[in-house]
Amino acid sequence: MQSGEKGGSVFQNRPFSQYGEAFCAGPSQLIYTERVKHMEDQILLTMRNVCKAFPGVRALENAQITLRKGEIHALMGENGAGKSTLIKVLTGVYQFDSGEIRIQGINEPVINRSTLEAQKNGIATVYQEINLCPNLSVAENLFIGREPKSRLGLIDWRTMNKRAKKIMDDLDIDVDVTLTLENYSLAVQQMIAIARAVDMDCRILILDEPTSSLDDGEVAKLFKLMLRLKEEGVGIIFITHFLEQVYMVCDRITVLRNGRFVGEYGVGEMPRVKLVAAMLGKDFDDLASIKPEGGAASSEEVVVEAKGLSHKGKIKPFDFIIRKGEVVGVTGLLGSGRSEMVRCIYGADRAQTGTLKMKGRELKAKAPIDSIKAGMGFLPDDRKADGLIGDLSVRENIILAMQAREGIFKTLPPSKQNELADKFIEMLRIKTASRETPVSQLSGGNQQKVILARWLCTHPDFLILDEPTRGIDVGTKTEFQKLILKFASEGMSVVFISSEIEEMLRTCSRMCVMRDGAKVDEIEGDMTQNSVMAAIAGGEAK
Amino acid sequence: MNRLRGVTKKALFLPLICLVLVLLLNMIKDPGFFSIAINNGVLYGRLIDILNRGSEIAILAVGQTLVVAASAGTDISVGSVMSLSACFCSVLLAGYGVNSTDTFRMPMLAGMLSGVFVGGVCGAVNGSLVSKLKIQPMIATLILFTAARAVGLLLCNNQITYLRYEPYKYLGNFIPGCPVPTPIFVAAAVISAAFLVLRKTSLGLYIQSVGINNRAARLLGINSARICFLCYVICGLCAGIAGIVASSRIYSADSNNIGLYYELDAILAVALGGNSLGGGKFNMAASVVGAYTIQAINTTLLALGISTDQAPVVKAIIVVVIVTIQSPVFRAWVLSRTGRNRKAIKEGAGA
Amino acid sequence: MKRVSINSNTVLLLITIGLFAAMYAAGCVIYADKGFSHFQTFLNVLITNAGLICVACGMTCVMLTGGIDISVGSLIAMDCMILAYSMGVKGYPCVPMLVFVLAIGLVFGLVQGFLVAYMEIQPFIVTMAGMFFARGMTAVISTAQLSITQQSNPQYYAWANAKIELPAFLGYMNNKGAVIVPFIRPTVVIALAVVAIIFLVLRYTKFGRSLYAVGGSESSAKMMGLDVRRTKLKAYVLSSFLCSIGGICYSLNTMAGAVQQAKGFEMEAIASSVIGGTLLTGGVGNVIGSLFGVLINGTINTLVITNGKLLSSWANIATAALLCFFIILQSVFALIKERKK
Repeated sequence: MQSGEKGGSVFQNRPFSQYGEAFCAGPSQLIYTERVKHMEDQILLTMRNVCKAFPGVRALENAQITLRKGEIHALMGENGAGKSTLIKVLTGVYQFDSGEIRIQGINEPVINRSTLEAQKNGIATVYQEINLCPNLSVAENLFIGREPKSRLGLIDWRTMNKRAKKIMDDLDIDVDVTLTLENYSLAVQQMIAIARAVDMDCRILILDEPTSSLDDGEVAKLFKLMLRLKEEGVGIIFITHFLEQVYMVCDRITVLRNGRFVGEYGVGEMPRVKLVAAMLGKDFDDLASIKPEGGAASSEEVVVEAKGLSHKGKIKPFDFIIRKGEVVGVTGLLGSGRSEMVRCIYGADRAQTGTLKMKGRELKAKAPIDSIKAGMGFLPDDRKADGLIGDLSVRENIILAMQAREGIFKTLPPSKQNELADKFIEMLRIKTASRETPVSQLSGGNQQKVILARWLCTHPDFLILDEPTRGIDVGTKTEFQKLILKFASEGMSVVFISSEIEEMLRTCSRMCVMRDGAKVDEIEGDMTQNSVMAAIAGGEAK
Repeated sequence: MNRLRGVTKKALFLPLICLVLVLLLNMIKDPGFFSIAINNGVLYGRLIDILNRGSEIAILAVGQTLVVAASAGTDISVGSVMSLSACFCSVLLAGYGVNSTDTFRMPMLAGMLSGVFVGGVCGAVNGSLVSKLKIQPMIATLILFTAARAVGLLLCNNQITYLRYEPYKYLGNFIPGCPVPTPIFVAAAVISAAFLVLRKTSLGLYIQSVGINNRAARLLGINSARICFLCYVICGLCAGIAGIVASSRIYSADSNNIGLYYELDAILAVALGGNSLGGGKFNMAASVVGAYTIQAINTTLLALGISTDQAPVVKAIIVVVIVTIQSPVFRAWVLSRTGRNRKAIKEGAGA
Repeated sequence: MKRVSINSNTVLLLITIGLFAAMYAAGCVIYADKGFSHFQTFLNVLITNAGLICVACGMTCVMLTGGIDISVGSLIAMDCMILAYSMGVKGYPCVPMLVFVLAIGLVFGLVQGFLVAYMEIQPFIVTMAGMFFARGMTAVISTAQLSITQQSNPQYYAWANAKIELPAFLGYMNNKGAVIVPFIRPTVVIALAVVAIIFLVLRYTKFGRSLYAVGGSESSAKMMGLDVRRTKLKAYVLSSFLCSIGGICYSLNTMAGAVQQAKGFEMEAIASSVIGGTLLTGGVGNVIGSLFGVLINGTINTLVITNGKLLSSWANIATAALLCFFIILQSVFALIKERKK
């Protein structure tokens, strides 16, 4: 399944039919009206007036959601809208302050004190972060806690492996169930996590951004699975940032904003613009083209020039050039080497061959610090693992890169630190209780802004943004795009990577295309979604 | 003390309370606890005793705090390294296989510095294992925990070497004419050096970044491996200094007993200071307060007439009480009991 | 069904076993004249280390969850002291006292486990407190060295000196021409039974797999509906309980109680587990490895003793060197694994 039959691209904003036959049968609204009507009044779950406060933040204020039998229900909202909190309250990860949860077939209000209790009440969850144990085998990950037992009460490994194999075969996932999970890619691990939830006989399945690490073929498989479960009467709460996916599989949408319930809509009655407006709480210009007409004329001054850079086993030698004030996109399928390419330029992974010139001078980066000193900045794609220093405050996170460049002996005076932090909190509109708040308490989009601020601090000539908009809401995404163009107009050169092709079309003047660890093409000028996708997919476009 | 608290705000509150409680207990039991007298030209008194005897633990706690913060693990070899550096020093000064001596084969200071240097080397070994080979700190330092003392024994030919040379005793006892025990000065010097470095450089911020998210720290320009390595070297040097002080106290190199169980006290000091053994954020002042709290407990128990063998029982109970009070879970539980969330509990009971 | 392909953990286990065999064979060749090659020498290693085997099994379980238990050495000292005092001085019957000691292990583990699992205090600190407590209690009972003699408790004495003879063909002829039949003590049977039971528990019970899951990823284990806290609690109870069994074995070997007994035992147990392939970060390891870890440790000691001229600190240095070897090996394997990704 790794690479075999995925047809199109990873990008989510694409014509409907490209997702494969499963969805060509008809728009989901149709399914909703015709087939699911009889389930209409069978309400599986209601959450009413749910409130939950964290120190300094009111995460949920009278939030609510109603889930019916056999429906796929999108839970939408900006970052910090309270989607994840609501889910965690439902599944017993957090205790809520007040409110009521009712589940069909249980006469009393339900309070789940642990995930275990939630599972007993028929609620299964697949979280954004993969919650499986890497050191256990695939089969164990599927069955842990409910292993098949032999007559002696001992775990029956043979039966377990056999059943696991069957589950995986049913879902078309090709793995050796006896191998440990760490042998498989994140995408496969995600599929296994879903398989586990599916096999738990749940009535309510919660998918919290399951698609963010899946590629196209896998997304199609997942949707197929979701539709099948829906027919079996399972209620699915689906959280995603991809609007396209919502319109593809969902029946209803609940929108949250700032922890409050905004409204519940049928997918048919809710055009995209209205949905975005509901999420943002303001009229929205439909992600209109924010690219200045004609594009900023970039100068001829070359900022970075790479020749024959390569990283052993991960990326083949490539050339790369970027001029002052230019925004260059790097695109390609998941795993095509786009992240590896920019990591190689930045010096996060040391290049084995080739030369890199920064503003005409050769740069031999032994560690990231050398690149920073030369004027580079790098926002990594995995902000949790590679970006944030979670327990440190917003201020410290912002000044860190600058401090690292200044060196250990030249401590920035506190007044200067405060000044910088305040400046960027205001400029990027970072939502935080104070500059001394630990950055881990911020929502995803705001965390991403903090990391961006960290690099803006150092006034880089060359900034690499690897998926800065992943897992953040539409409003912030647009904000990011506008910022990128603003920086470029001020003379910064930016490399921008995004899984959403539209985003790059709006911001980039040129795009490098990666395929299988090699740079295969560079497109410029007349770029359209179709031309870029053709280039990514390869074949006749070349 | 007020100024100290002003600097570190809330983080120091609990460790200080613990220390004050222990001291208060002493005062109730023995009103003369705080009295300080001058006898034979030197200071005597329980407080002086605590400060004096607590020196080694405080010195070790300084190094241990950095190690814990940077690598999310503990250096359990410090006690053994203390012993090794003392033995190495005595072998240099007295010669191999010498049982007792009053003349040194080389300048005393050079010998002592070499001892400290050996501590630094041990730290470097631990540091490379942890930072370069990515070995879990406790396991990496388990190697020297086992080996260092054994090597010290070999160096001393399995016997206790006595260094009966008057100036050698100065470091661990008194310098003639000065009423204050020398170890207090040594500890004060090490602690202030640590504070100076943390205040004047960004080492503290770097260490915390590395401790919280190693990969991110590297990507934003911090040499994570080098910072981690540096912490272990500092910790080793601290152990070396503590070893020489301990050896000077008893003017001998008693390989089997110098630094015995000190690693536990050093780690305990860090934890009593409220620092997470999971690494990341740390508070040096709190660790130092923790170190003297431990010594205060030790001295108190001795003063109460509890034998050294039995004292650990009380120490264990105190440790459990203190860490339980500091435990966030326990605090949350107490809060919920004191009525703030009574409603939630009622609801919970109803469901 | 395809069997699990050989992974790095299996290789490590094989290396451990191979090293033990090599070391033992080397000993047989070098010290052939001192009778090292006799089967009894091997059995003696088992007999002396019966207690450590039990403790290492418990330690492995705790380490699997990502925790550590450094109270075991002191707990053994306390167990031995209780047994020596009650039977040697007071002359109490042995069966109730053995049950009492086991019960103490359970309670001890419950307290430690509660503090670690439910109060979320770091295991190192909790078990360090346990270590102080047990060692101190030993001194509270008695600071003298007590012993159990045939007069004070004949039953216990008989158990301690019981020989379980093995088939004679495993023995050897001494220089007088008599066949010396190899034997083991009951403690060896206890220790091996513990290894077998824990092996089964780890592989074939929900609790055993939960230990691995908790060590692999605590938050995931919680999300998958496992009761992480109870699993941890059980691990510490198991460790202390096995430690008490180990204490009884130790007591049967020494028939004595003293404050300084079993000093440094916790580190030996940890070292054995690590040599046997257990990772301190949790999630990886098994008791068979730990058993061989103990045997390697014991063989080193026996080699140094057999030599007769070496200082005992050489045994420590050799253990440290081995530890170093295995640790570096583990990290090399980990690096290779990472590079593959």
